[in-house]
Amino acid sequence: MTDAKTLSNRRPETGAFFQRDRAMHPPAYTPSYKTSVLRSPQKALLSLDNTLSEITGPVFGHNILGELDNDMIHNFAKPGESAIGERIIVYGRLLDERGKGVPGALIEFWQANAGGRYRHKKEGYIAALDPNFGGCGRVVTDEDGNYWIRTIKPGAYPWPNGPNDWRPAHIHFSIFGHGFAQRLISQLYFEGDPMIWKCPIVRTIPDRAAVERLVAALDMEATIPMDSRAYKFDIVLRGRRSSMFENRMEGN
Amino acid sequence: MVQSLDRLKETASQTAGPYVHIGLTPNFCDIPGVYPVDLGDTMVNDKTRGERIKVKMRVIDGADTPLKDALIEIWQADADGLHNSPSEMRGAADPNFTGWGRKPTDMTTGECVFETIKPGRVPFKDGRKMAPHLTVWIVARGINIGLHTRMYFSDEEKANDEDPVLARIEHRRRVPTLIAQRDGDTYTFDIHLQGEKETVFFDI
Ligand SMILES: [Fe+2]
Repeated sequence: MTDAKTLSNRRPETGAFFQRDRAMHPPAYTPSYKTSVLRSPQKALLSLDNTLSEITGPVFGHNILGELDNDMIHNFAKPGESAIGERIIVYGRLLDERGKGVPGALIEFWQANAGGRYRHKKEGYIAALDPNFGGCGRVVTDEDGNYWIRTIKPGAYPWPNGPNDWRPAHIHFSIFGHGFAQRLISQLYFEGDPMIWKCPIVRTIPDRAAVERLVAALDMEATIPMDSRAYKFDIVLRGRRSSMFENRMEGN
Repeated sequence: MVQSLDRLKETASQTAGPYVHIGLTPNFCDIPGVYPVDLGDTMVNDKTRGERIKVKMRVIDGADTPLKDALIEIWQADADGLHNSPSEMRGAADPNFTGWGRKPTDMTTGECVFETIKPGRVPFKDGRKMAPHLTVWIVARGINIGLHTRMYFSDEEKANDEDPVLARIEHRRRVPTLIAQRDGDTYTFDIHLQGEKETVFFDI
C-alpha cells in the first residue's frame, strides 16, 4: 500500500460517489444462471449515502509490481518459453463516469488458457493445461488512467449450468478505484464472438448497450506487427460528487 | 435540446466466477511465483497500534451451506479512526496498518480469518461518531454484483446503539445480522445471503 499522492499533483478527491445505476447491472437473482438462485439476497438493499468508510479506499503503488506482472505470456513460463495461443495486447483507459482518467488504480486479470482450461484444482474441463500459462496478471494505471497487458486469447469452455452451456472467450478483471464504493469485478469479451449473446452469464445484464460496453474492440492500428494483435478496452468506474458543493450544503 | 452532461456509464458487473482465486489470491490456489505474496493477506505488523483481534467469517447460502469459493475483502480505519487512503484528509493513518484485507473462504470449511485490529470510530457526515465497524465486500460464483455490508462488534453495545447507520435499519430484528459475536480475541461473523437471517446489504 502506498501513497497515490506521489502519482499526481491533483488534490485527492473526497466527494461521495454517484448513485450506482442498477438498471444496467445484473440483478442478484437470475434463474437462468442457476448458481445465483441460492446466492442472491432477497430483501431490498439499504441505501446509504457514502460515509468516509466508503469514500476512502486502499490504493496500490507501481512499487508492488514485478516486471512481468502485466505479461501473462511470460509471467508463469519457464525461462525462454512462452504460453501457447493467439498473442494479444489488451489496452485501454480507466475512466470515471465524469470522463476523468483514474490514475494509480490496480487492475487484476485472470483467464483460462488458449484451450479454455483454468489452472485450478476445482476445474473439470478435459482440455489440456499449458505448463507455461498461469492465468493471472495485474497492472496499475498511469497518470492518465492508461493500462496495457500482454496475454493469449483465452478459449471458450463448457460449464455446468444448462446441459450444453459454453462461456464465450473472456478475461475476468477486478478494479480498485480511489474509494471502496468503486470496487468492481467484471469480464471482458472479444469483438465478433458469436458465443457472447448465447451466454447465460452475459445475459444476466439487462441492458444491451451495457453488454456491448464489455466487448473489446479489435484495433489493428495498435498491433505489434509479426507479434501480437491488439484489443482496446476502456473501463468506467463510478464518478464522484464535488466535495465543495457537499460541504456547502451541509454547512460544515 | 440542451447541452450534454457528457457522462459515461459505469462498466456493468459480472460474477467473479468459481476461479476468482487465480486472479486475486494465486498463491492460495497453487499458482506460486507470479506474485511474491497474495495482496491483502497481511494487514498488520509488529508495530501496528491498537487491539489485536481475529475476525472469522463465513458466507452462507439459502440452503444453509457455507460457500467454499467466496472471496471477502474488508476495509477499515486504524485504531484512531483514520484510513490509510489518499482520500483521508483528517490526518495520517498508522503507517504500519494497511486497513485492507482480502481472504478466500476455505475450500473445505468455508471459513476465513482476518488478523487485524479493532478500528477506532469514524465520523458520520454530520460529525456524529459511527460505531467501530469493518466495511465488507463479498464476491463469488453466483453473485452477479459484489455485495457491500458492514460488520460491527458485539462488545460495543453503547456505540452500536448510537450508530447513525444501524439506526437507518427499519426492521430492528435485522440489526443483529451486522454484529459479530466476541469470544476471547476472536469475533465470528456469518453473512447470510438469503432467508430468515439474511444479512443487511447496502447500496452505497
Ligand atoms: Fe471464466
